[in-house]
Amino acid sequence: MGTWTWFHKLASPPHFYRIAGKMIPWYAIPAALLIATGLYGGLVLAPPDYQQGDAYRIIYLHVPSAWLGLLCYTTMATAAAVGLIWRIKLAHALAAATAPIGASFTLLALATGSLWGRPMWGTWWTWDARLTSELILLFLYFGYMALRSAFDDLTRADRASAVLALVGVVNVPIVHYSVTWWNSLHQGSTVIRSGGPAMPPSMLVPLLLSALGFTFLYAALACVRVRGEVLIRERNASWLQELASGR
Amino acid sequence: MEAFLHMGGYARFVWPAYGLAVVIFGWNIWAARKLEREALERARRRLATTRPGESGDAAR
Repeated sequence: MGTWTWFHKLASPPHFYRIAGKMIPWYAIPAALLIATGLYGGLVLAPPDYQQGDAYRIIYLHVPSAWLGLLCYTTMATAAAVGLIWRIKLAHALAAATAPIGASFTLLALATGSLWGRPMWGTWWTWDARLTSELILLFLYFGYMALRSAFDDLTRADRASAVLALVGVVNVPIVHYSVTWWNSLHQGSTVIRSGGPAMPPSMLVPLLLSALGFTFLYAALACVRVRGEVLIRERNASWLQELASGR
Repeated sequence: MEAFLHMGGYARFVWPAYGLAVVIFGWNIWAARKLEREALERARRRLATTRPGESGDAAR
């Protein structure tokens, strides 16, 4: 089968719908195992930090959720661009499916960061570059979802929200590099830095497992949501009829 | 066990963070399944008023 045949087959809604359904357990089960192992390692096995004591254990939620917030936005903006340029409905479906997941994990990143900041910095919140750009990320998600719900026509909602997603993508590198570009209260990169991660393996491995688990969780959730989004967009009844009577 | 729950004096920051994570996980699973279920329900209702192969737009 040639690449294009394969691509066209995947891009056909009934095929995509079926594949997404089949993939759910392949993402959900590793997600559960990885998150459970990562959080157990982080809460129980990893030693306390010599400066931050046990408070640093919030990292095992904070870093993976912040990572997912950025990954979801990048995925959403890329899918939105594909949808706009090639007018592929499935791409818009993926962008729409991704937004609420990304928003919820950005919220978790902000809340866990606040719970970490209080004992370490002595404040729940400060208007510094990292925190502010992360808050803007959350508002971009909210704006994207609010704009979608403002349209009755799904095609127009897809196009208008895609433009917003693309404009907002400039914020992604700002969030990531904010701790380098500006003098920030937020600590610098611990994992991705020159000279290797600034953590011993007993602390680092649970963090990586947790981050990988969150990523698998996104994939599982996106598969479920994208099936819903495909059904909403499919007006052609032939394959839907089969599906509706089959269950 | 008590020392573990105590989190070196940071229990009131660590456990709310983990509690909130459970809420976010739960909401995501619930909301995703709800979206899929409702989309399928709507498709069924739409199809109940249209013949196969015909555009469902009329039923909107």
